[in-house]
Amino acid sequence: MILNTELESLSRESLEKLQLERLQSVIERVYSAVPYYRKKMDDAGVKPSDINTLSDLSKLPYTTKEDLRLNYPFGLFTVPMDKVVRVHASSGTTGKPTVVGYTKNDIETWAELMARSLASAGADRGDMVHNAYGYGLFTGGLGAHYGAEKLGATVIPVSGGNTKRQIMLMQDFGSTVLLCTPSYALNLAEVMAEMGVDPGSLKLKVGIFGAEPWSSNMKTEIENKLKIDALDIYGLSEVMGPGVSCECIEGRNGLHIFEDHFIPEIIDPETGKVMPPGEMGELVFTTITKEAFPVIRYRTKDLTRLSGEPCACGRTFRRMQRVTGRTDDMLIIRGVNVFPSQIEHVLMSVKGVEPHYQLIVNRKGALDTLEAQVEVSEDLFSDEIKALEGLTRSIEKEIKDLLGITCKIKLVEPKTIQRSEGKAKRVIDNREI
Amino acid sequence: MKVEQISIFLENKSGRLADVTGVLAKAGINIRALTLADTTDFGILRLIVNDTEKAKQVLKDNDFTVGKTEVIAVEVKDDPGGLATILDVIQRENINVEYMYAFLEKHEDKAIIIFRFDDLEKAIAVLNNAGIGILKGEYVYSI
Repeated sequence: MILNTELESLSRESLEKLQLERLQSVIERVYSAVPYYRKKMDDAGVKPSDINTLSDLSKLPYTTKEDLRLNYPFGLFTVPMDKVVRVHASSGTTGKPTVVGYTKNDIETWAELMARSLASAGADRGDMVHNAYGYGLFTGGLGAHYGAEKLGATVIPVSGGNTKRQIMLMQDFGSTVLLCTPSYALNLAEVMAEMGVDPGSLKLKVGIFGAEPWSSNMKTEIENKLKIDALDIYGLSEVMGPGVSCECIEGRNGLHIFEDHFIPEIIDPETGKVMPPGEMGELVFTTITKEAFPVIRYRTKDLTRLSGEPCACGRTFRRMQRVTGRTDDMLIIRGVNVFPSQIEHVLMSVKGVEPHYQLIVNRKGALDTLEAQVEVSEDLFSDEIKALEGLTRSIEKEIKDLLGITCKIKLVEPKTIQRSEGKAKRVIDNREI
Repeated sequence: MKVEQISIFLENKSGRLADVTGVLAKAGINIRALTLADTTDFGILRLIVNDTEKAKQVLKDNDFTVGKTEVIAVEVKDDPGGLATILDVIQRENINVEYMYAFLEKHEDKAIIIFRFDDLEKAIAVLNNAGIGILKGEYVYSI
């Protein structure tokens, strides 16, 4: 189902006209309101008046996570704080998170786009939406929540965890639409099996999964185990949150980007040059309607390609292929973004920890596990077990407090972590995605 | 009064213990006493040898993490109640045993018990007062 038929099936010409008007207006706004953007544009020799066609977008400098870090927390907001009704945050590459803000209108737009996403998956008024995305600073929970309400569906705001109770609620409330990370969907299937609950006896018909990369194999597995259709949703807090793009139930081949609000580009991550249509590269977004925190040519570091082929659903928006990888070393562990540099930061703050460590990611059953291997130097070593175990526990707690994820610390013998020439291999990802 | 003990960090992998003893054998070092404490992921091997410094060096040269700790060796008669007497004296003074291990002397009817206390100096004083004989390091290394 198409929620906003007029906008979602605009002709390419009308869409591009709308995009250009909105782009010009947002460039004017950031140039006048944010000194940092103004300086970057001045340095690049571009003025807002130079943007006369959509292809002029490529004259503008990119925005990166580093720019966000330099302006922590609110430096890139384009409206006064009394217009900002909400903030969210995601992991930064170092200790500080990446902060984003929303005006009342931004929240309204986000709800609309999330409602469109739900509708494209076949959800409607009368559906029971089981929202198991985490509520909090993470955009997943609240983003999906507002969208489901906007659509007129009934939201069950269960958030994450307490899986057995979630399954009980699914049975008792008759949940029809499941929103969570794909790995949590598999976990739900496993716990159902343990509890002797037949997924076929539930009213669930569709799941909309996102916030972490997954494979088509995993998709098939979820569909078979939960007996539902599994669709893909994409978003990132810097651009908005979930609902930047979503797969439609009719086409099931790529995610329609809501191009009336975002302009996507695919670039070569090495050279920064815009790639020819259909080529694989790094996804870059410019938000053209956001008020509090617009981003100009934001480099997502996600790798994908775009397709403009017509789709069975009737939407004219281009589709992005499911994200298959990243240009940086960011890991997504149970939906939480983790940079190896954040773990390194904690490890290096412990006296005696050598700068040799390795992160091992595994998928046990459906859930991701993270282990950090640390070489035991003489400074760390003790002849007492309790001292060494106390050490690993305190590092584990530090990581949990700072990053919100469980990372097992495993002590290993000196010189056992592989030394590489040049760039150290910090991460061994054994998950098959 | 104190005995030097070396401890070695070992991952729980097959062959690691043999690697340690192999290195020591090659260097002509004699092991007097040993104990292995283990967890799921790792173990700590504690050794008393005839040449602590040399053992420490050759193990370090072979990339082991090695520590040196001072422990106490006490001789007790190999009779029922031998150990109980010592522990009774120690606990009355609120001294905590971090770990201990024992071995028998070859030619005598006596056992030697190695103790690691949380308060080594106090333990020595307490044992001395109670008339319990503490062995000299040189004696233990050369048993």
